[in-house]
Amino acid sequence: MADIAAPTTPASEPDTTAAVALGVEPDIHGMVPTPGAHDDHGLVHGGGDHAGGEHGHATSTGLSNNKLAMWMFLGSECLLFGGLISTYMLYRGRHEGSPSPSQLYNIPLTSVSSFVLLMSSLTMVLAVSAAQRHDDRNTSTWLTVTALLGATFVGAQVFEFTEFYHEGLGFTTNLFGSSFFTLTGFHGVHVTVGIIMLMALVGMINRGKIPGNKAEVVEMIGLYWHFVDIVWIVIFTLVYLIPS
Amino acid sequence: MAIAERPSPVLARSGGTVLVTPSSSLGVFRRPVSSTGWRSWVFTVDHKKLGIMYGVAAFTFFIIGGCEALLIRLQLAAGSNKVLSAEAYNQMFTMHATTMVFLFVMPMAAAFANYLLPLQIGARDVAFPRINAFGFWCFLAGGVFLNTSWFLGGGPDTGWFAYAPNTSVAFSPTHGVDFWALGLQITGIASLTGAINLIVTVLNMRAPGMSLMKMPVFSWMILVVQFLLLFAIPVITVALFLLTFQRDFGAAFFSVDKGADPLLWQHLFWIFGHPEVYILILPSFGIVSEVLPVFSRKPLFGYKFVVFSGAAIGFLGWGVWAHHMFASGLGPVSVAVFSVATMAIALPTGVKIVNWTMTLWGGKLRFTTAMMFAIGLIIEFTIGGLSGVTHSVSPSDTQQTDTYYVVAHFHYVLFGGAVFGLFAGFYYWWPKVFGKMLSERIGKWNFWLMVIGMNLTFGPMHILGLQGQPRRMQIWTEFRAGDGFFNGAFWNLVSSIGAFILALGIFAFIVNVFLTYKKGEVTPGDPWDARSLEWMTDSPPKEHNFDSIPTVHALDEFFHRKYVEDEETGDLTLVTTYAEIMAEMEAKGDKNIHLPSPSYWPIVLALGLPIIAYGIIFNRLLSVFGAAVVLFAIFGWSLEPSVADASDYDPPVDGDNGESTKELATLG
Repeated sequence: MADIAAPTTPASEPDTTAAVALGVEPDIHGMVPTPGAHDDHGLVHGGGDHAGGEHGHATSTGLSNNKLAMWMFLGSECLLFGGLISTYMLYRGRHEGSPSPSQLYNIPLTSVSSFVLLMSSLTMVLAVSAAQRHDDRNTSTWLTVTALLGATFVGAQVFEFTEFYHEGLGFTTNLFGSSFFTLTGFHGVHVTVGIIMLMALVGMINRGKIPGNKAEVVEMIGLYWHFVDIVWIVIFTLVYLIPS
Repeated sequence: MAIAERPSPVLARSGGTVLVTPSSSLGVFRRPVSSTGWRSWVFTVDHKKLGIMYGVAAFTFFIIGGCEALLIRLQLAAGSNKVLSAEAYNQMFTMHATTMVFLFVMPMAAAFANYLLPLQIGARDVAFPRINAFGFWCFLAGGVFLNTSWFLGGGPDTGWFAYAPNTSVAFSPTHGVDFWALGLQITGIASLTGAINLIVTVLNMRAPGMSLMKMPVFSWMILVVQFLLLFAIPVITVALFLLTFQRDFGAAFFSVDKGADPLLWQHLFWIFGHPEVYILILPSFGIVSEVLPVFSRKPLFGYKFVVFSGAAIGFLGWGVWAHHMFASGLGPVSVAVFSVATMAIALPTGVKIVNWTMTLWGGKLRFTTAMMFAIGLIIEFTIGGLSGVTHSVSPSDTQQTDTYYVVAHFHYVLFGGAVFGLFAGFYYWWPKVFGKMLSERIGKWNFWLMVIGMNLTFGPMHILGLQGQPRRMQIWTEFRAGDGFFNGAFWNLVSSIGAFILALGIFAFIVNVFLTYKKGEVTPGDPWDARSLEWMTDSPPKEHNFDSIPTVHALDEFFHRKYVEDEETGDLTLVTTYAEIMAEMEAKGDKNIHLPSPSYWPIVLALGLPIIAYGIIFNRLLSVFGAAVVLFAIFGWSLEPSVADASDYDPPVDGDNGESTKELATLG
């Protein structure tokens, strides 16, 4: 068996590059779909974690499994932030022993960093669009720019936190401090996770290591990224702009 | 003949050494590919194996939680027993409830859902098999982590809803509450990932022709439950994070002395906690809706009403959480609103009870054990439901709050409801899962002991509660015990005796399982003359579930393939047998079936989480290590294709270019 297997192994490696060059996307297993080779139900429906893309088999809703799952996850995240925002709204007036929110907040700075974060959504859209055109170089570029803009936002947040700490608001100073740092900290962690995902994606694209449908992976991380931005709009409005 | 492209071990072992580069992630390990031995369980992503593992683990926790309950009843058998100290008693009732809710009923429902949902909708697996495996290991890791608190300074002692300020370090100085908060956080990840996975599975992977309104009720109820989990889990996640930040990082979210509002915890907890109640009961409602039609030989009465009332319960369940807080001084408007909303939720529940009863009406009833548990559920749940309505009336509830009346109520709905439903499911689907029938004779003992036991245990608690015996007290005093019929001492003793009868019933089940395993008869594939798709395959099913995916034309597809109903008389004529249907499906079998391959990463990722949690409690350096494990596993995972490459096998096997069918292995 082995003597047969050895010579055939290289040939049986899925030839992904050739498929992409021909403009044919590899299916979920990195194999070029051959008409008639797969019976309609031959595959596990959406046969795995990277399945169900436009080239996978039709799903009941027409949405790919991955995208539907991401939408579900983001729906769940809404309640996570809902809980954190409610906690902050309840406690924002309880700031004994520290400056009040209106004394602390540096609205011009946060406005600029918010603008930077919103612009990163634009670059994310450009990355998705490049990925759909199978333009790896521009995809990587726009993903990197998005990550840099996100990092700028996180940097501004770190700066802001340090400033607040020097002005007398620590995590344990009072309820306002605890709930403020928890809410914005959770958002900052989400952005950071997003940056890590973007950079990992850039690395994987450059090494050609993405399992499954590349454009869809980019799009999914894009969904996450836009969600994190939208949450920030809500936080920025409720926390910074509406006076307590 | 269906061919699954998975090399057989025999084939893979022959031959000499070949240099290959594994396709596995990070290039560190060859990915697991074995389909036998312990590795085939630990690294599996097969929904059926995971379902069985969920079941075994959950049942183990059930026994642990049951022993905790017996200790509680031993302590309360007499007024001033000294079986448990006050501290031990507090830990015991907290862990009893936590175990039963989070480590038994929820994962047992997940066991049924995992195993049966893909089969019922005609799919070959769930949408995300590795995430499914990850969910199981998270649940197990979280449950074991939580229970290690017994050996590391004491369990949580604040009650399962952990009200502030009892949870602050001043009132609960051991690490118990930390274990509780972090353990539930980990099991919460299991629930959340499971919810996303199953929702996508139901919405996207139904067999051709199976519209949502042709889907079995069990699958429907599981879908509703997953939506409840999806939106309820993040709320308790927030609450548990705040609690952890308070206890381990110096914040004061629930410390009244620092100006905090203790009601914040109650709101967050019950916004999760009330949907949680329906998360516990709806899977059993689904099971009963499958069992009753089969053993009445009639379609479910008012299928649409059962489905929509289940969905209605799911929606209304979000608007009633504050009925747990009537005694906390919310103010008359809130109390009135939540009171009315709570009464409203009795309506869809009543609709279900009516539909089940009408399903029985005029049916050819077969009183199997599964059927008896299902009928038991209808009766016992209705009793619990009625006492529930008395809670929705806030003036009455104010009297009942924190008394044994409440304990009586939720045990009738949870034990008489959720657990009876699960036992109906055990007896009904046991031949499906294991190919052997549980003994009906021992099953009857099991059922009657449990029914008598539960009514003796929880029935008297109504009287005790109305007499004012508070819950969560490890002693009760004789002089408040009352006279005659209302004598508390008598009813406490009855309740304790009942608990042991109940335990005997559970023991009968364990004996039944053991004997069936030893010498149970191998059953035919369709022993109950069932109605839905999960029976339209072998028992136990092949690894790929169906040789060919059936096309669905009707609700109760399998039954309609077997029988034709005479339009005038309503008589059923057998037109096709089970064996003929199976032979036809095999003849039309799919040639290429790609099943997802096993993976190391789910278990590695899940085991990183309790390391982080131990680190938060004992030493932050440990957390850094745990986080590194998690990060490593995530990268390994995302670089790994869901189906193993040819070169992952040792020696490598012929890959499949999607062009040819190879007789690599026959699963069956």
